[in-house]
Amino acid sequence: MNTLNWIQIGKLEDIPQQGARTVTTPHGEIAVFRTIDDQVFALDNRCPHKNGPLAQGIIHGHRVTCPLHSWVISLENGEAVAPDAGCAHRYNVKLDNGELLLQLPDKK
Amino acid sequence: MAANKTRLVVIGNGMAGIRTVEELIKMSPDEYDITVFGAEPQPNYNRILLSPVLSGEMAFQETVLNDWGWYQENNITLHAGKPVTKIHRKQCVVSTDDGLSVPYDRLLIATGSNPFMPPIPGIDLPGVVAYRNIQDVEAMLAAAQTGQRAVVIGGGLLGLEAANGLSLRGMDVSVVHINDWLMERQLDKVGGDLLTAELQKRGLNFYLAHQTEAILGKQHVTGLQFKNGLEIDADLVVMAVGIRPNIALAKSAGIHCERGIVVNDTMQTFDPKIYSVGECVQHRGQTYGLVAPLFEQAKVAANHLAEFGRMRYQGSLVSTKLKVTGIDLFSAGDFHAAEGDEELLLQDASRGVYKKLILRNNKLRGAVMYGDTMDGPWYFQMLRDGTDVSEFREHILFGQAHLGDAGRAGASSVMNMADNAEICGCNGINKGMIVKAIIEKKLFTIEEVRAHTKASSSCGSCTGLVEALLANTLGGDYSAPPSKKPMCTCTELSHDDVRDAITQHALDSLPQLMQMLNWKTPDGCASCRPALNFYLLAAAPDTYKDDSHSRFINERVHANIQKDGTYSVIPRIWGGVTSPAELRAIANIADKYEVPTVKFTGGQRLDLLGVTKENLPKMWGDLVAAGFVSGHAYGKALRTVKTCVGSEWCRFGTQDSTGLGIRMEKETWGSWTPHKFKIAVSGCPRNCAEATIKDFGVVCVDSGYELHVGGNGGIKVRVTDFLCKVSTEAEVLEYCGAFMQLYREEAHYLERTAPWIERTGLTHIKQRVVDDASMRAELYTRFLQSQTSAQIDPWKARAEGKDALEYVPLTAIAEMAN
Repeated sequence: MNTLNWIQIGKLEDIPQQGARTVTTPHGEIAVFRTIDDQVFALDNRCPHKNGPLAQGIIHGHRVTCPLHSWVISLENGEAVAPDAGCAHRYNVKLDNGELLLQLPDKK
Repeated sequence: MAANKTRLVVIGNGMAGIRTVEELIKMSPDEYDITVFGAEPQPNYNRILLSPVLSGEMAFQETVLNDWGWYQENNITLHAGKPVTKIHRKQCVVSTDDGLSVPYDRLLIATGSNPFMPPIPGIDLPGVVAYRNIQDVEAMLAAAQTGQRAVVIGGGLLGLEAANGLSLRGMDVSVVHINDWLMERQLDKVGGDLLTAELQKRGLNFYLAHQTEAILGKQHVTGLQFKNGLEIDADLVVMAVGIRPNIALAKSAGIHCERGIVVNDTMQTFDPKIYSVGECVQHRGQTYGLVAPLFEQAKVAANHLAEFGRMRYQGSLVSTKLKVTGIDLFSAGDFHAAEGDEELLLQDASRGVYKKLILRNNKLRGAVMYGDTMDGPWYFQMLRDGTDVSEFREHILFGQAHLGDAGRAGASSVMNMADNAEICGCNGINKGMIVKAIIEKKLFTIEEVRAHTKASSSCGSCTGLVEALLANTLGGDYSAPPSKKPMCTCTELSHDDVRDAITQHALDSLPQLMQMLNWKTPDGCASCRPALNFYLLAAAPDTYKDDSHSRFINERVHANIQKDGTYSVIPRIWGGVTSPAELRAIANIADKYEVPTVKFTGGQRLDLLGVTKENLPKMWGDLVAAGFVSGHAYGKALRTVKTCVGSEWCRFGTQDSTGLGIRMEKETWGSWTPHKFKIAVSGCPRNCAEATIKDFGVVCVDSGYELHVGGNGGIKVRVTDFLCKVSTEAEVLEYCGAFMQLYREEAHYLERTAPWIERTGLTHIKQRVVDDASMRAELYTRFLQSQTSAQIDPWKARAEGKDALEYVPLTAIAEMAN
């Protein structure tokens, strides 16, 4: 059975505003984003278009523009902004006393 | 329905009214409770496609822009088939004849226009119809079933489209026109005669310079009598002599009207609660009957209804295209030469091509084209932008030559291309896909085509072709981009507006700029942030704190991202001259980091490809230790200075081109520019360094140095313009620095020197860099000043730990807990 675990991955200040860092996991590389309003989001670090590393994109509002072909992906749900269509897998991430916690299933 | 929302009532369910509602919903989705009244029983349809419906090339259903579901989804109350008959301005209520009354806080009048029915005897007879709405088309189609002979009165755009449609439906059609030639508002006599000849070949009869005295018949129309006494038979008469703004309702409510409902630049009528858009409007004395201006008006009205209060409508220049399949005709602007104007003519009778351009002071004022209209959008753009055409005037009649550059040479007209012809080579989009998207998705602008098909969204070299497809598919209703383009959707301001504001208000940070200039988004987008960051940096190179998160990844990490997420590293090799020791160092570093590919670049350097992000700072440390600095191959910055061997070795060399190239590179490296900037120095006119396709090229001659600017290879090959000739190396350096600084201060972000020069004119640049010695000296001083902070090697800084977090993962999770 798959259970979900909250895993400490660092502190909020480890990620700059409008920036992203990656976390290597058994599920692949996950991009953790920090937006201008200090919210954090986590997505697979692969654009649904051609696997571009989303963590390297420009982050604006709650969106990221992929560095390879400029698809715009919503950080809130991983969906590409219309008229493009596709979805990057989203993970739960939260802040607890300045600690960043990422929720991952225990099995691949 | 939410009780506390502001109530907007729209009178008119046509293209202008509904476009305004669409724009408003985009800008401010929840602000209004919207009610729409339409006189016609249909949902909003594309009136400009009535001609293809009449000719049988399209079904009515295909012209519907917003179906019933759209109104429901957007919570819009629609009263279709219920014309508003009274506006009670005191009570702020509108009412219909069947007793419906709806209160408003804001009212939008978009009642469009009515066909003009001249007061001639017989005008009310059955069998006489106008050409305005789908009911008229249905009446004509019914007549075509039984009748034989149709007469269209009016040889303008609408009349000819009606005549063509009826002819295709099997009727014997005559066109009566009061003027000596057809479409005199859009065509000169030569163009009009060509059109008459072509339409005659298709079986239409013409009575030009004929005026109708009376329509004959007792119970039904039977014929027509002209002023000169001639009579002709007719079973159907279509009146297409013009349209008049439909202002009856507004007038009856006491709203100030002249020819149309008078509005100001915010589309507001004299009653501040009432706005108006579309064909019913009179703005700065002008009324419009084409769709592109209506869309511009809709955007402005919506902006003010959404209480953004930023935009002004300043009138439109319009272009026209006849929607008759197989006839290419385009006109724009004022094409009757006035005193002081010059006419450029191209007439090729056997190819059926006619082009006339009207110039004043080397700027386009008007264009008429017949037979080959592919360059219509190009001419129209230059007309709107007021482009100075003196540099390419001798070629201008032959069109925008670059359309053939990407392997499409010989495509004489985009509409003649096969459906499977590739238009966008970057994204593999062919003509059929684009045309299908334009029709099915009802696209009107180049931006919409980019969003839906990706065509023209990558390198942009097919933009001209896509615009031609839009213009050809939509006819005169193609909504050409406004000449003052907003930077991006985050603002209404243009690049120039923003650059001016930065200087004027001495802005020095992104948040401050966005707040001051009312940015619509909290922190911009991937398009405006890099531009703003550059503009701020160029304005205050010593004090502005560069925002790395507003830079594209390549500039943020000082290497080029590749398709697999690895990077390429190109160290600077001054003037392309290297040594065994340098090559050994590069080889050792390539070995150490297991670089999979090493390649010579076109700019005489070595590219190390396939480096992981984590390895970049370490690799740079090794390169810096071996004496290298960053090559900036990743940046909108000075790239390479390409040289040939010059007088040191070459038997033809006239000057020390290599030495000069190295000195130029040492002075200019590190400089950020609006787009990439390339330099080359050739030692003699044989030009082995290809200096005449660089942003700044030097060609050495025996007596000195020829300076050339504004060239580039790539998508749109452009040969440089000759700037001037100088006699010393010191002068070369000064002119080069001054030119780069002017480019840095004036060009739009992502605009290379070639389009910048084409936009501003070479004269403009010569005046500042060549003719005015003191201005040149000031530019050069500012350039050198900005270089003091720019020539800090970004690789060395990062090898020493700057931005260290950027290059390593946050953490690695090896295995799951439990």
